[in-house]
Amino acid sequence: MTSPVQTEDTSVPGGSGPDVLTKDGAQETKASEGLSPGQLMWMRFKRDRTGIISACVVIFFFLIAILAPVISKLYGKDPYTLYGQNSLTLLNEFNMPSGSFGGASGSHWFGIEPNLGRDVFMQLLYGMRTSIYTALGATLVVVILGVLIGLLGGYLGGAVDFWLGRFTDLLLGFPSQLFMIASMPVITAAFVKPDENTPVWLRAGAIIFVTGILGWMGLARLIRAATLTMRDREFVEAAKISGASPWRIIRKELLPNLWSPILVQATLQLPSNVLNVAFLSFVGVGFVEPTPDWGRMFSNGAGFIQQDPAYMLYPGAAMVIFVLAFNLLGDSVRDAFDPKSGR
Amino acid sequence: MSENKTTTAVTDKAAPAEGRPLLEVKGLTKHFPIYGGFPFKRQVGAVQAVDGVTLDVFPGESLGLVGESGCGKSTTGRMLTRLLEPTGGTITYDGRDITHAGRKELAPIRSEIQMIFQDPYASLNPRQTVGKIISGPMEINGINPPGGREARVRELLETVGLNPEHYNRFPHEFSGGQRQRIGVARALALEPKLIIADEPVSALDVSIQAQVVNLLQELQRERGIAFVFIAHDLSIVRHFSQRVAVMYLGKVVEIADRDTLYEGPRHPYTHALLSAVPETDIDAQKRERIRLVGDVPSPIMPPSGCRFRTRCWKAQDKCATEEPPLVQISGNKPGHLTACHFPEDPTTAAADRKEDVVMDPALQALEKDVKHA
Ligand SMILES: Nc1ncnc2c1ncn2[C@@H]1O[C@H](COP(=O)(O)OP(=O)(O)OP(=O)(O)O)[C@@H](O)[C@H]1O
Ligand code: SF4
Ligand SMILES: [Mg+2]
Repeated sequence: MTSPVQTEDTSVPGGSGPDVLTKDGAQETKASEGLSPGQLMWMRFKRDRTGIISACVVIFFFLIAILAPVISKLYGKDPYTLYGQNSLTLLNEFNMPSGSFGGASGSHWFGIEPNLGRDVFMQLLYGMRTSIYTALGATLVVVILGVLIGLLGGYLGGAVDFWLGRFTDLLLGFPSQLFMIASMPVITAAFVKPDENTPVWLRAGAIIFVTGILGWMGLARLIRAATLTMRDREFVEAAKISGASPWRIIRKELLPNLWSPILVQATLQLPSNVLNVAFLSFVGVGFVEPTPDWGRMFSNGAGFIQQDPAYMLYPGAAMVIFVLAFNLLGDSVRDAFDPKSGR
Repeated sequence: MSENKTTTAVTDKAAPAEGRPLLEVKGLTKHFPIYGGFPFKRQVGAVQAVDGVTLDVFPGESLGLVGESGCGKSTTGRMLTRLLEPTGGTITYDGRDITHAGRKELAPIRSEIQMIFQDPYASLNPRQTVGKIISGPMEINGINPPGGREARVRELLETVGLNPEHYNRFPHEFSGGQRQRIGVARALALEPKLIIADEPVSALDVSIQAQVVNLLQELQRERGIAFVFIAHDLSIVRHFSQRVAVMYLGKVVEIADRDTLYEGPRHPYTHALLSAVPETDIDAQKRERIRLVGDVPSPIMPPSGCRFRTRCWKAQDKCATEEPPLVQISGNKPGHLTACHFPEDPTTAAADRKEDVVMDPALQALEKDVKHA
């Protein structure tokens, strides 16, 4: 028998050269412009109908949240005016909306609020705006903390990894919802004198801080695991041999490979943060009147569930659709990134 | 073999063992600690992956590093590129001690030592284009070639036999052999003087192996790059290296220039390795056949004395008590070093040996000796 070298030498005289291309890569015959992994993921995503529909729903929600002021102009109402108090016909003698479906009509599409008589449609739109913005902020905090802590632990290893890991475990063991309820008044009290009103931005900041601080652990663990498997891959070693700094390796070699877990985790984190923010308002430590808020509409609505079920129906249905669509989107994004994972 | 004469003409040109070595390795050692114990972890042992390796690599030469799986070839290669921190010994590059040099200290010579990896699928970042991958080293080292980095990348792609228009493609669009070529282009980007190639073709299809080997050979010849070519069998190295070092269980057991090693090996392990090399020019009947039976002993508890003695058919008591030094034993040419107390005759013919050497009986005999003692 001959050694592989000899076999080849006879079949390919001259050895290497551009002509090898045709031999060496049969797959090289397709289109001349290459597709990036991102483009491939986009192509897979486009074929996923559930993903596309949920993406449309999610975009719709974002659009109406962003465009709430514009819609308010067109619609001619705002979320603060007490329409029921100004008109004699909108509320009945028990201060409940007169008419069916919470007083839905051509001028108040989703009816009006019991007692105060504000416009439910506007309340919902602005409430969603508040909640989604806050949840986005919290998700940003979660992603930054999670990626930073996961990358540091995974790449540096050793003692750094050990202590970051213990810290992660500690926070995971925290009864986070109790902690949120308990810490919110403490945080606001730390910045605001007891006789002053808490400004809205401070409340929002505190909510973002608390939900963010208690939400990064899952992502950090995921990123750490992914970093660990990649840290010793040969392309990282090649960068090291060329003299790349740890910071460059994290930025240029590791991070681009982590976009999929980050994106997937962020799409799943956002709806859960919307629920967290709503929960805080529901138990009374979130946004307060007059700031319109999705979660507080629930707690208000719960008080009138007997007399005016429609008042709870609108925000409830909106939230179920929103959270569901977002979770389906998260699944689709994951499938598109990693077609093997499946369900 | 006539086909090979042209490609293996390297020896005629390069003259190894002359002048100052580019890379001097002395007593290089790597022990990976093993931790255990409860409740407090402490070191309970060490994997003696590499134990006292001494080698020289001369400018422009290609040194083959051969040995069975797990004998510490990659660990040695990784220490040479300073990916791993040696636990002992010294590495001197061009007169400079780089054994424990940090990233900043290595900066001036970073561009001179590069590596080609075994796995073409793990060695390219899947999220970077070929252009990014190859220009990365230039970017890190702040090198701006005259025509710009992109032009240089295209030039390199052409050098390694790829289409320069594939600059913007991603690694997943290439076959294994093409990926390995990209890896070669990346290693060339800094115009290195020494390339450590860790089994650069083992992961490739047999039909593509030779193309890549030929490419490396061309580069070595045309650019005068010194190579440390790691392989697990002697056949590929034969066509590539002027000198060959044979490793067994963390130690170099024999080192010689190619022809001496292939035609007049002294160490029993080299004999065993050579008998496994498929050949065309020697009549298969005439060649000795040695089958090594049993596994390589664990590098955690290597055998005392000569590490090969558990599998060696010439082993005697002395082999268990005294470690054979790597020296020029009597009958060896200059530069041919062998670590063996009872070396074999410098021949690969089976004429003077009546039977095949099969290691089972030897092992049994050895075990009997141990019981009697
Ligand atoms: N990071 C590590 N920690 C502990 N042991 C290790 C480590 N890396 C390698 N080893 C051990 O060191 C020994 C030598 O490994 P090495 O990878 O150098 O072998 P090799 O000769 O390259 O083998 P192969 O031909 O399979 O690539 C092996 O026993 C291996 O298990
Ligand atoms: S020293 Fe002894 S055991 Fe080792 S290779 Fe030589 S003869 Fe065999
Ligand atoms: Mg190896």
